[in-house]
Amino acid sequence: MTARKITGSEAVILSLLEEGVDTIFGYPGGAIMPIYDALYDYDQKVKHILTRHEQGAVHAAEGYAKVTGRAGVCFATSGPGATNLITGIADAMIDSVPLVCITGQVTSPLLGTDAFQESDVVGISMPVTKWNFQITAPEEIPRAIAQAFYISQSGRPGPVLLDITKDAQFGEFDFNYKKCRKIRSYVPETPVDPHKVAEAAKIINEAKRPLIFCGQGVIISNAEEEFKALAEKAGIPVAWTLLGLSAFPSEHPLNVGMLGMHGNYGPNLLTNEADVIIAVGMRFDDRVTGKVSAYAKNAKIIHLEIDPAEINKIIKADVAVLGDAKKSLKLLVENIQENSHDKWVKRFKECDKVENEKVIDKDLFPTKPGLTMGEVVRIVSEKTNHEAILVTDVGQQQMIASRYFKFKHSKSNVTSGGLGTMGFGLPASMGAQIGAPGRAVVAVIGDGGFQMTLQELGTIWQNKLPIKIIILNNNFLGMVRQWQQLFFEKRYSFTELHNPDFIAIGKGFGIEGHKVEKRDGLESGIQKMLDHDGPYLLEVVIEKEDNVFPMVPAGASVSDIILEP
Amino acid sequence: MKKEFIITVFSENHIGLLTRITIVFTRRKINIESLTVSESAIAGVYKFTIVVHCSEEQTIKIVGQIEKSVDVLKAFYHTNDQMIYQEIALYKVNTEALYESNKIENIIRNSGARILEITKEYTVIEKTGHKEETQALFNELNQFKVTQFIRSGRVALTRDPIERLSEFLKERDTFLEQLD
Repeated sequence: MTARKITGSEAVILSLLEEGVDTIFGYPGGAIMPIYDALYDYDQKVKHILTRHEQGAVHAAEGYAKVTGRAGVCFATSGPGATNLITGIADAMIDSVPLVCITGQVTSPLLGTDAFQESDVVGISMPVTKWNFQITAPEEIPRAIAQAFYISQSGRPGPVLLDITKDAQFGEFDFNYKKCRKIRSYVPETPVDPHKVAEAAKIINEAKRPLIFCGQGVIISNAEEEFKALAEKAGIPVAWTLLGLSAFPSEHPLNVGMLGMHGNYGPNLLTNEADVIIAVGMRFDDRVTGKVSAYAKNAKIIHLEIDPAEINKIIKADVAVLGDAKKSLKLLVENIQENSHDKWVKRFKECDKVENEKVIDKDLFPTKPGLTMGEVVRIVSEKTNHEAILVTDVGQQQMIASRYFKFKHSKSNVTSGGLGTMGFGLPASMGAQIGAPGRAVVAVIGDGGFQMTLQELGTIWQNKLPIKIIILNNNFLGMVRQWQQLFFEKRYSFTELHNPDFIAIGKGFGIEGHKVEKRDGLESGIQKMLDHDGPYLLEVVIEKEDNVFPMVPAGASVSDIILEP
Repeated sequence: MKKEFIITVFSENHIGLLTRITIVFTRRKINIESLTVSESAIAGVYKFTIVVHCSEEQTIKIVGQIEKSVDVLKAFYHTNDQMIYQEIALYKVNTEALYESNKIENIIRNSGARILEITKEYTVIEKTGHKEETQALFNELNQFKVTQFIRSGRVALTRDPIERLSEFLKERDTFLEQLD
């Protein structure tokens, strides 16, 4: 590409185009105005989604990244614009979501002078970014953007932030773009060590009660086929983490359900009976392990992981296979023998029977008059033929939807896992819909979380995003209330909500909707929502004290999972 | 069991990296006992020498987290006996005290310290050594009142016959060439 003199602002847009960016989520303001001015000339080449708050932009970028596997891009101005991104950046950091965030900054001579809308964004974002960099000269722009995309999308993905001073945006220089392919101090993935794979294969071949954990790493490395091949060839049951959801088909006979605090009975209970655990692309979060000292004590742990710092961080690995999951799984599948563990798999089915009787049947096919979150999720999943993208917020509705929604396709579950960010759902659903325009996107959100970011209804309406929004309304901050009920003697300290008329709010934003209060209107109501051309808001009034079970109480061992209060 | 470890970090020379490294400690509420940063023998590569007091397990995890930083080339950790290390201390006393007896002179001789500067008003004494040694000298000199005192962060070299970083950089370069 031949060089030509352009402004730093135009260079930002051209660099993004070089990286194949088709959508930017953002919010303009003083210090980023030159970049927005440059964007004005490129509106045919790149779509800009004007959100109603910078937090909306960053969560939307996360939703986009989760369904496409490519970095989500967002723009914000300096000061409050940039600080409003921080929650989403922290969310992306803990959930390994690739993001490239570009913030405007005051002009460089004013740095450090407490100028209008100046904040130390590089300093503030440092603990929650994979990498960040301040650009003070236009010449730095192409290289920094190339590095930003390389770093955010390679290895264990994560958010990066580029802070560009206004003078760097205005300055002119000879533009020339070169993609970044390597950085001396950064090795995104280790080549897979065949000896480690052989060691792992030997353990797997000799295992009597092996169990595979499917983490988000399987999705990030597009290793779904290799992962399935491992499970099928060795006949090993598969349990998944919250973020690993949708990587392995829900209806697969070897799928035994979700791990962790509100996961399924079988995989939690039998974690402590397994003799081998093969953990793929996951980090043994405390919500998965419960009490670490009583976790998987009978199992040899084989950990397939791209991030060396995750090895032995929480759970000691007997064999650690470093590297990209797709590559290590492929090699592992070649090295293992065909096998089956029918008796062991049957143990999970027996646990399912217990869980069905005690929990699931009541959740999905309730006989009491109050509507349950579970039945709503079940009907939506069925009516979308288990092919929709599920976006959840945080709390009870998230756990119920993750437990009961079914998936046929990977990259179909968008949720805030590690950070547990309430308010994530609605804006993330916008990014998911834009990233996967042909697919049905269902956002399941609680009445609490919805009110944290509901202004994004404006963005949904303006961009005609056909998202189906379901508010599961129990007039409570339900998960906190559940804990108060179980562990704080029902002292419902500030968890009851006096809610507005959600349907009227939707209508105010131009979004159709209706409210369901009784079971006989539920199926038809959901059908009406799904048939509607365009965005739709369905409010379902849920039994006030509906709880999520089973539950591994905080600090308890996974095998002490309880099925009822 | 908690004890003293020396963490050595080799990095590119980038603004803000010091914060990125110290955040790893702050987040885990681990105090940095001492910190020295300087350019290493390899041009452009900077070396951080960080002394911490914690368990070996924690030290391993800290090193892993530091290495995750994009601009960090490599991090190592060592126990004190695996390294040769020194700290430097400067002491300022009133020159008058030196004239009163030969006590200070003897202290300086016996401790292997040296005088850096003498003026009518004050004398500056320098000593290099381990913390216990520079501290012992402080305690002795303080009988005559030390008016100012400063101790540097630690500088340390491994007892390895080879510089591990050069080996590492060679490997890294070969690895990166494969990517082309």
